[in-house]
Amino acid sequence: MRRRYENPIVEGVSRVMVPLIQLFGLYVIAHGHYGPGGGFQGGVILAASMMLLRLSLGEEQEHRRFSPRAAAALSAVGMLVFAATGLLSLVEGKEFLNYAGLPLGELSGAEARYLGILMVEIGIGLAVWGTLVMLFDHLLGGEAK
Amino acid sequence: MKWFSLIILGAFLALVVYAGGDLPALGDPESPSHVHVSPSYIEGSIPETRTPNIVTAVLADYRGYDTLGETLVIVTAGLAVLLILPRGALRRIR
Repeated sequence: MRRRYENPIVEGVSRVMVPLIQLFGLYVIAHGHYGPGGGFQGGVILAASMMLLRLSLGEEQEHRRFSPRAAAALSAVGMLVFAATGLLSLVEGKEFLNYAGLPLGELSGAEARYLGILMVEIGIGLAVWGTLVMLFDHLLGGEAK
Repeated sequence: MKWFSLIILGAFLALVVYAGGDLPALGDPESPSHVHVSPSYIEGSIPETRTPNIVTAVLADYRGYDTLGETLVIVTAGLAVLLILPRGALRRIR
């Protein structure tokens, strides 16, 4: 079990930085349409914020907040969001992953594809986030419970 | 045996140098890789997907299948670690 890093400076700085890092991760995921960014990069940033918490505040507390089991579930959910977006495209008779076929009501094909890209990016972000936290927990984790 | 390997390597070097002369110049707009699907991605990105970032449009829309596989590879790698090295397995080995 990785214990709390008992140093007020480390703790204080990580408590202040983590919300900013997570906000930046969300921004990177959402900003993929207009600049550098996207699901892979944003997911990595979100995972990095959780790793910082696990290193500074200790695993005992952080596993109660976000357990390794939840990380595994999160990576699977992300993968499902991606695949479900592809499957939803089939509803109106278009091809798999052709987001123009998403059942989004009045939106034109181009707008549906814009939103489809966003949904896929969110799925990638969740999958990468969960997978990296899972890798961290299992490769660097302490005793088996 | 050493000389044989050197001769084979030399022959491949000569082949690469000979074939390299026929490669298109760097950034040549007429090269085969730039006249097949790239123009339609560049022209279609905004009217077809409303996405100014062509890289994102190609990654998530035009080549969505590829990205689905990439994400699956990452999740599979994570699951493989979960199965082979669960928590504490490394410490037990030491």
